[in-house]
Amino acid sequence: MFNNKVYHKIDALSGSVATLRAEGVKYNEIAEVESRAGTSLAQVIKLDGNNVTLQIFAGARGVDTSAKVRFLGETMKVPYSSALLGRAFTGSGVPRDGGPEIKDNPSPIGQPSVNPAKRIMPNEMVRTNIPMIDLFNTLVKSQKLPIFSAAGEPYNELLARIALQADSDVIIIGGMGLKYDEYLKFRSTLDKSGALAKTVMFVHTAADPTVECMLVPDVSLAVAEKFALEGKNVLVLLTDMTSFADAMKEIAITMEQIPSNRGYPGDLYSQLAARYEKAVDFDGAGSITILAVTTMPGGDVTHPVPDNTGYITEGQFYLKNGRIEPFGSLSRLKQQVNKNTREDHRTIMDAMIKLYAQYKETVEKQSMGFKMSAWDNKLLKYGADFEKRMMDLSVNISLEDALDLGWKTLADNFDKTEVGIPSKLSDKFWPKK
Amino acid sequence: MTTNGKIVAVNGNMITVKFDGAVAQNEVGYAKLGDQRLMAEIVRVRGVKCDMQVFDSTTDLSVGDDVEFSGELLAAELGPGMLTQVYDGLQNPLAELAKEAAKISKDAEFFLQRGMYLPGLPRDKKWDFHPTAKVGDKVSAGDKLGWVTEGIFDNKTMPGHKIMAPFALKGNYTVKTIAPEGDYTVTEEIATLADPSGKEVKVTMMQRWPVKVPIKCFTERLAPEETLETTVRTIDTFFPVAVGGTYCIPGPFGAGKTVLQQTTARYAKVDIVISAACGERAGEVVETLKEFPELVDPKTGKSLMERTIIICNTSSMPVASREASVYTAVTLAEYFRQMGLNVLVLADSTSRWAQAMRELSGRLEEIPGEEAFPAYLESRIAAFYERAGRVKLKDGTIGSVTIGGTVSPAGGNFDEPVTQATLKVVGGFHGLSRARSDARRYPAIDPLDSWSHYNSVIEQTRVETARKILRKGNEVGQMMKVVGEEGTSLEDFTTYLKAEFLDAVYLQQNAFSDTDATTPVERQKIMFTVVEKALLSSYKLADKDTTRKFFMDLQQTFIDWNDKPMGSAEFETMKAQLIEKIETAASDK
Repeated sequence: MFNNKVYHKIDALSGSVATLRAEGVKYNEIAEVESRAGTSLAQVIKLDGNNVTLQIFAGARGVDTSAKVRFLGETMKVPYSSALLGRAFTGSGVPRDGGPEIKDNPSPIGQPSVNPAKRIMPNEMVRTNIPMIDLFNTLVKSQKLPIFSAAGEPYNELLARIALQADSDVIIIGGMGLKYDEYLKFRSTLDKSGALAKTVMFVHTAADPTVECMLVPDVSLAVAEKFALEGKNVLVLLTDMTSFADAMKEIAITMEQIPSNRGYPGDLYSQLAARYEKAVDFDGAGSITILAVTTMPGGDVTHPVPDNTGYITEGQFYLKNGRIEPFGSLSRLKQQVNKNTREDHRTIMDAMIKLYAQYKETVEKQSMGFKMSAWDNKLLKYGADFEKRMMDLSVNISLEDALDLGWKTLADNFDKTEVGIPSKLSDKFWPKK
Repeated sequence: MTTNGKIVAVNGNMITVKFDGAVAQNEVGYAKLGDQRLMAEIVRVRGVKCDMQVFDSTTDLSVGDDVEFSGELLAAELGPGMLTQVYDGLQNPLAELAKEAAKISKDAEFFLQRGMYLPGLPRDKKWDFHPTAKVGDKVSAGDKLGWVTEGIFDNKTMPGHKIMAPFALKGNYTVKTIAPEGDYTVTEEIATLADPSGKEVKVTMMQRWPVKVPIKCFTERLAPEETLETTVRTIDTFFPVAVGGTYCIPGPFGAGKTVLQQTTARYAKVDIVISAACGERAGEVVETLKEFPELVDPKTGKSLMERTIIICNTSSMPVASREASVYTAVTLAEYFRQMGLNVLVLADSTSRWAQAMRELSGRLEEIPGEEAFPAYLESRIAAFYERAGRVKLKDGTIGSVTIGGTVSPAGGNFDEPVTQATLKVVGGFHGLSRARSDARRYPAIDPLDSWSHYNSVIEQTRVETARKILRKGNEVGQMMKVVGEEGTSLEDFTTYLKAEFLDAVYLQQNAFSDTDATTPVERQKIMFTVVEKALLSSYKLADKDTTRKFFMDLQQTFIDWNDKPMGSAEFETMKAQLIEKIETAASDK
């Protein structure tokens, strides 16, 4: 049933939300709103009798009560074809790079969840040549992993570096609340390395309407899903998911929903999960790997956005002071792959972190002015080596080299019996003096 | 007469329906969308309108669409054919859904299609029914009528799958007819029962039971006294779980809740494990799905999957079925309990379930309680855990349901409403700590904060002594941070090292090592005796450095010992070595 009627009377306007009376409207349907502010798409977000609530993508500023509203009879769609590659769009799919509009294969966004029975176990390591990732928290194909960070940290640089060094067929970048120069930087970095030709960008900049920000993950992931079903391995980079959550909060408050925690809507977890769970390794097709930046307001990990994210994703990387922190950072899927890399991988990983934890305690003791024992001094030297050889983000070595360097670092600082490694391994790998 | 209605409002997954006849709270109805029927449940009735939560996406529904009421509450199908299945929260078999979806298109099979519901029990499969009841027998709800063989219920190592008189029967019935031995599907009639007035009930091997109502066909509830062997040392020795008991595992993300649940699902000594992945990651379910069929259950010699049922309603699946999923899981468990079996329900995570209630409550615009959770949060959590228990059935056999639920507190703070409501009603608390998981001390169960009301596999007094040393060692550790090592006496320092030793070799367990991952009670007893010796000996070591060296060496040997299979020659030699090391250090020379 196609509804061709045009409505001319909006009853209420609040934030980016408009209410009007209309008949035969379907839930989540798209409408076109034409007013003196211009033409924008809008989505039905509530039906109550004949009262229809619309969320206007371009915002309601300048929308007048006599604006023309036409319901399109279908849900939000995004075009999909290989012509998307190399291009950049806004959250509602309008080209942002001056190129032609693409209208091929309109595909609905926000499709149903993948049947868990049709997933396969992730089993392929994604090499990044960053020891803190490859050795300590290995990234795995089809993983969903956030980078927890704070304003001012080089998270977009890290994202771009992973995009360039990790192996993938298609890269999709979803930018939310990006500064315009950050968008340009992404473009030029990818362009310089030649990766732009396999990249699609959906970018909402800080100056764009809030509702478009909410669309970015759905649009990006809908396109990613299409590529993956064609057998491609897709890497989706989202930055910054906190902006996405804040956009949701803004809409929820406008809608007078009861907030649950610091103003965020009660379904924050489900909303975030619906996006992150799009990460998948299809049984018999391609895959989607998601890396998403989540900035923590005030560096607080218990803030609702990072907190809910942590429960959804398969681990997290903490980017702090320009390096990936060993504590708290975790790749839940690493166990799937690090048993097949090298036999000493897991042992080195555990042993080095345990000793680094002890180093941290010693630093604390030292700062309180305690006498350092012989053991403390060993730890102090080890900690410094560890930070220089492993944690520094400029270190760019393969996993195997990183493992060898790990053994060397242990041997440089400790006796074989002090590192808690089973003898059968240390006998084999402990560097001979 | 069926009741019908029309949609008057749509808001998220909630619809308001104006109806024409009678409806019941929690009754199931179907919203019609073209040729699709979307399942929904009544959550509130007001006058001639009711609010319903839809178990699917409400996209494209519009005001005026038809709704058909079923007259039934949300129910699970119980009978042969549940083992090894992977269901969603509404008991739709996921593998079958994929097959059915594949008929739509090639790509469609990857996704959960809206409005597609399939029966929980296979309809075409025939089971070999062996009657045990005879015509003229008096039976009541839950009494055995016969049995079939199914997987582990092979009637050899384990008795057959019991076919029982419907749990919904009230009073005594007489068996009028009973089917002869032969192969039947779950919908074929296998018996007719008559009540005293002569009214007849036809019985099939399948029965439907409303998931939110506990099954109560037993004579009495018993105290949970026996320890449930999980083979996780920290749990069995320090914070045990009882057969028929309840426990919870709260912890911040990344502290190892799921790994702990998976280890338990794998090694716990029970008959049936029902894993409810409630609002969690799909990837983890896939792991279980692919690994369990490969693993052997030591008890039956068959694959571990044969004793497992997975209820999988992951975080991106509809939130209303997430709310239903834990009830579906516990209803299936109660069914097997009625067969005299010990069943373990692992719910991961109950916080997601609570959040589903919160979302629903928000849409209903109910007055919110703490953190916007509904006021009835506590009573719902209590009622859920109360479905656990060890019971004496009518035939004198004993069955049990044990429930272990993880809790994912916001910000890792245990003061939040879900954790607090859970702690009030469970018998064991395995609190996971961020500090431990950061230090890679797994399982990250906090040995000082956790507690259990149940019986340990080791004598309580010995466990207490060990815990005392842990506590004292921790105090010394804290103190040392202030006064430094040089300000600590050798005696205190030794206590500190003893506590660290106990932690490293006994509390910590490597879930990824074949031998260390599972420690049977017998081995725990041997290990504990050695650990105890190390803890209780007084050492004659000269100074702190020698003492530290001694404990590090002892720890190294012990960890190597943990990797040796029990019964091997090495196991015995290393045990002797450990004892010798301790004795030497404790002697004067």
